[in-house]
Formats: sequence, structure tokens, C-alpha cells
Amino acid sequence: MGEVILEVQHLSKHFTVDKGTFGKNKKVLKAVDDVSFQIHKGETFGLVGESGCGKTTIGKMLVNLYQPSGGKILFEGEELTGLKPAQRRQYCKDIQLIFQDPYASLNPRMTIGDIIAEPILINKLLPADQVEERVTYLLNRVGLANHQRNRYPHEFSGGQRQRVGIARALAVEPKLIVCDEPVSALDVSIQAQVLNLLSELQEEFGLTYLFIAHGLNVVRHISDRVGVMYLGKMVEIGPKKELYSNPLHPYTQALLSAAPSIGNKKKERIILKGDVPSPINPPKGCRFCGRCFKKEEGCEGYVPELKEISPGHFAACRLLSGE
Amino acid sequence: MALKKTAAVELTAQEKPESELKSIWESLKLSKTAVIGMVIIILLILIALVTFITEKMGIQILPYNPNEADMSASFVAPCAEHWFGTDELGRDIFSRIMDGTKISLFVGFSVVIFSMFFGIILGAVAGYKGGVIDTVIMRFMDIMLSIPGILFAITLMAALGKGLDKAIIAIGIVSIPEYARIVRGSVLSAKESDYTQAARVIGNKDIRIIFKHILPNVISPIIVRATLGISGAILDTAALGFLGLGVQPPLAEWGDMLGRAKGYIFSAPYTLVFPGLAITLAVLAFNLFGDGLSDALDPKSRKR
Repeated sequence: MGEVILEVQHLSKHFTVDKGTFGKNKKVLKAVDDVSFQIHKGETFGLVGESGCGKTTIGKMLVNLYQPSGGKILFEGEELTGLKPAQRRQYCKDIQLIFQDPYASLNPRMTIGDIIAEPILINKLLPADQVEERVTYLLNRVGLANHQRNRYPHEFSGGQRQRVGIARALAVEPKLIVCDEPVSALDVSIQAQVLNLLSELQEEFGLTYLFIAHGLNVVRHISDRVGVMYLGKMVEIGPKKELYSNPLHPYTQALLSAAPSIGNKKKERIILKGDVPSPINPPKGCRFCGRCFKKEEGCEGYVPELKEISPGHFAACRLLSGE
Repeated sequence: MALKKTAAVELTAQEKPESELKSIWESLKLSKTAVIGMVIIILLILIALVTFITEKMGIQILPYNPNEADMSASFVAPCAEHWFGTDELGRDIFSRIMDGTKISLFVGFSVVIFSMFFGIILGAVAGYKGGVIDTVIMRFMDIMLSIPGILFAITLMAALGKGLDKAIIAIGIVSIPEYARIVRGSVLSAKESDYTQAARVIGNKDIRIIFKHILPNVISPIIVRATLGISGAILDTAALGFLGLGVQPPLAEWGDMLGRAKGYIFSAPYTLVFPGLAITLAVLAFNLFGDGLSDALDPKSRKR
């Protein structure tokens, strides 16, 4: 395992939904609550969880779209939280984001050549006369032709647009790329192409990925390590093989049993009761408690911490911590 | 071999961006009223330019000097020599209306540019920054909107003094809130869009995000409002002129002509009718064009 490139410590993001009257009845949505993890250089860290569990919020905090409400983000040992806007902007060169929806993430009034050249120009990475050449290179690298550079985004298909999004992220030569469900808006046949492109680029440029997805299958294909989130909390982190063959947390077990697979059809499905509780005023203690099929007495109100159960494999469950 | 050839062809054929202007024009053409409005506007602009340039060059193209009084020919009813008749000082009304075109158009465009400039800045800042800045700017705009427009303009004129330039500033200030509101609303929705977030992720500064990424995408409603705003400004100038606050005599201005003629409404109605028609025509033209433009700029209602 390489050195740690990104470390997130006790990161939280709370949104005030209702200010209430003079602070009374204040409603706070805890999108991300006390999450810690590390990403190593050169690896792909998969982040899974159902919609609304806070995985995109974490990604957006890493690229400065949201300000964390608490906790620290350390990039190559430097703390990013609490920096002044101008200083924080310096790290745009290092951490980039690939958006989920390629139809919305490209400015409809700019040609794709301009879209890819913009990050180079505003960060003054190259002298003006070399930008053209670099854009050509990037276009070719992501599988687009140079003669398409003067076209507008609406003239492209979803897969092609996502390639433009990838080229834009690559333009600043980042070290870490947050991929926010980059293939979930695409056709299955295109998904594979884009995923393969991402893998190739990782190898070629030595990139590190934080790969956010809601489906375990895509994550399984691309990740080295996987983190599972539930309702703003990290419930399990482990190496891919270990996590898929030996899921520890009841939620991960349920999630895995729900993933469609070819072959062992007799696999028993774990069906969870109820719905995900609202992240506004979530259950105290273990957040999965109300739906857990392994719930025991004493689980309610207990706040489980992420604990290392086997080397590199963490889970947050009272039953596993042996208390 | 064949493959290589196609690749070479593809590389040389640099494709030009599809012109959006062209498609807007295509759909604008389909609306008859918009085309009528546009023809009248072009005609008015031509009249304004020709009278302005010939006046500067000292050539008299109009049948009479619009500002020269001829007391011996006052209140001549429309006839072959004086198409629209003459006013109380014997000035040819047709010449005065032609001459007044440039003032009305100049005021219309200047007011819109003035109020659009400040409206866009205030609205964009309010929408993008939000919070206290938004509240302060928009509540101030609400206060301005709560005062009837023409009354507000008259009050401003009282403070600034008479004259065309003062009228432009007064009417311009009064129209700022309309633009600020439209811009703020559009910016609010565009601010949350993915492409704006993407612009922030790659390290854009706020100013550049507003002007490069947000405003170009929300410009359509602003352009439509501006077109309609020109007619509003022409009308407001006429109203100020009617009240004697706009252009100072002897310069010809439609509202001022209307105001002077009101005393002779029964004895010489033509002194009143023709300036009134000129105002109506100009306002109608910009309104028709603005309505058509608003349809043409909306991709959903664009006819193919």
C-alpha cells in the first residue's frame, strides 16, 4: 500500500433545513456525520451507499463545493479545511471532480475545446501558445477527434460528453479525481467503455480515484478498497476482495445480497424492513439499528465506532466490537 | 488505405459551430407581428440616422427646418405643403416628428443600457452571493418598485434638474429594479447547475463564473425585457416631455409636442394626433418585436 494521499478526519456536513423561531425547533440535516477514512496514492477507493447517504456530499467537500461543518480534510498532509478561498483554490489543480450527469455538467454556451482549455488557462498552467496542443492531446486521449473541438455539448452523446468531462478534469493534471457516479447516467454498453478509459488513465497518469457509486457491481469492477456508507456514517471499510467475500456489517451483508448476480441463484436475499430514516433528526446511536436483522438488546442507543476487525478491514457494529 | 483517407478528410474538415443566431432568426421570421415590429424599428432607426447625419452635415433633407418658427403659417391644417399641418408657432409637424425620432430612440436605448448595466450587476451579485447581501439589495429594489415609476422619475428630475441627460438618468434609475429582479432569479437557478459547480471546481473566481458561465446562459429573458424596456422608456420620456420636464425647447420631442398641443385639442386636433401616433407606432413596434423575440429565444416554443 502506498503513502496516504488524502485523509479525512471526523468530517461532517450539516445543513440547516429549518431555522425555527429564534433557534427553537431548529431542524438540521446531518448529510455527513463524523466520517473518517484514508485514500492511498494510486488506488481506487470505492464509496457506496444508497441515495441520500452522503457520499456525493463528501465528494463535493473534497473539491471545495461545500464547506465542511466539522472535521478535517488532509491532502498530502496539508490541511485544506480553514484555508482562505484564494489558497484553497490552489488545490483545484490537485483534486478534480467528474460529474454524474454529463448532460448538465458542461456549459451549453461553450465549445468543448473551450471547456477543456479553460482549466489550463485560468490556472495558468501553460503558455497560451501551447494550450491548443494540449487540448488536442487531451481530446485524443479520451477518444474524441480534434475536429470536434468547435462543437457545442448538445451535439454529443452522453458517453462523448462524459469523455469531455473527463478531459476537463485531466486538463490540470490532478493527483486525485473524485468520480461522482460517472457512469450511472450512461447506457450499460457505454459504462464499460468509460470505466475502461478511467482505468487506462489511472495507469498512465498515476491517478488516485475516489469512486462514488450506488451499485456494488461497478465499484467491484474498479476499486481496490471499498467504503460503505449508511445515512451519513461510514459503516464498513475494507479491501475489495475481503469486503465482498466476507462482509462484516449487517448493512453491507444486506446490500451484497441484493446485488444481482449470475450463477448461484439460490443465494438467500436479506430483505430489510422499513425505509431509510430521515437524516433530519436521525436515530440516536447506531443509525442502522431500526432496520437491522441482527439487532440485539443493547444495540439501541449504542454508538458504534469504526473498529479494525481484521487487518485493513473496519466495521462499525456493536456485535463485532465484542461489547 | 481507405481508412487512412477518411481520417485525413475528417481532419481537414474543421467544422464550424452551428449558429444559434440563425435558428433564432428562422423562428422569428415565422411570427408576422414580430417581423412587422422589426420593419418599423429598422425604419425608425433609418429615419433617426438620416436626420442626425444630415443635420450634422448641414444638409436639409426634411421639407422644413423643424425648429424654425413661421408665425404667418401657424395652425395650417394638413395639406400638400404641410403633410401633418403646422403647430402654434407655424413649425411643420411632419418635419418635427421626423426630427424627434432620433431623440426618442436615443433615450430608449440609453435608458435600457443604463438600467440594464446596473440591474445586471446588482441582480447577479444578489443572486450569486445570497444571504445578507441579497436581502439588502433586493429589499432596496422592492422599495424602489413600491414607488410609482413616473412619480419617482419626476421626483428624481426635481432633484437633478431639467434636460434630456437628466431624463435618461431618472428613467434609467427607475427601471433598474426590473432588471435586477429578472437577473437575480435567473442567476439563482443557474448558480446550482452542474456546469456552474464544474466552473468552481476547476478554480474559477466568482466574477468569472458570473460573467462567463452564468450570464451567457440566462441572457435570453434579459434581452426580451430590454426590448420591451425600450418602448417603456420611450413612453416615459414622452410623459416627462408632456409635463415639460424632458427636452427643452425648441428641440422637437414627441411627448413635448403632445404637451404643447393639448391646449388646441379642439381647434387643431392634428397638432396632437400625429405626435401621439408616432409614440404609439414606436412603442407598438418594440412591443411586437419583443414578444416575438421572447418566443424565438425560448427553445421549447421555437417553431421548426
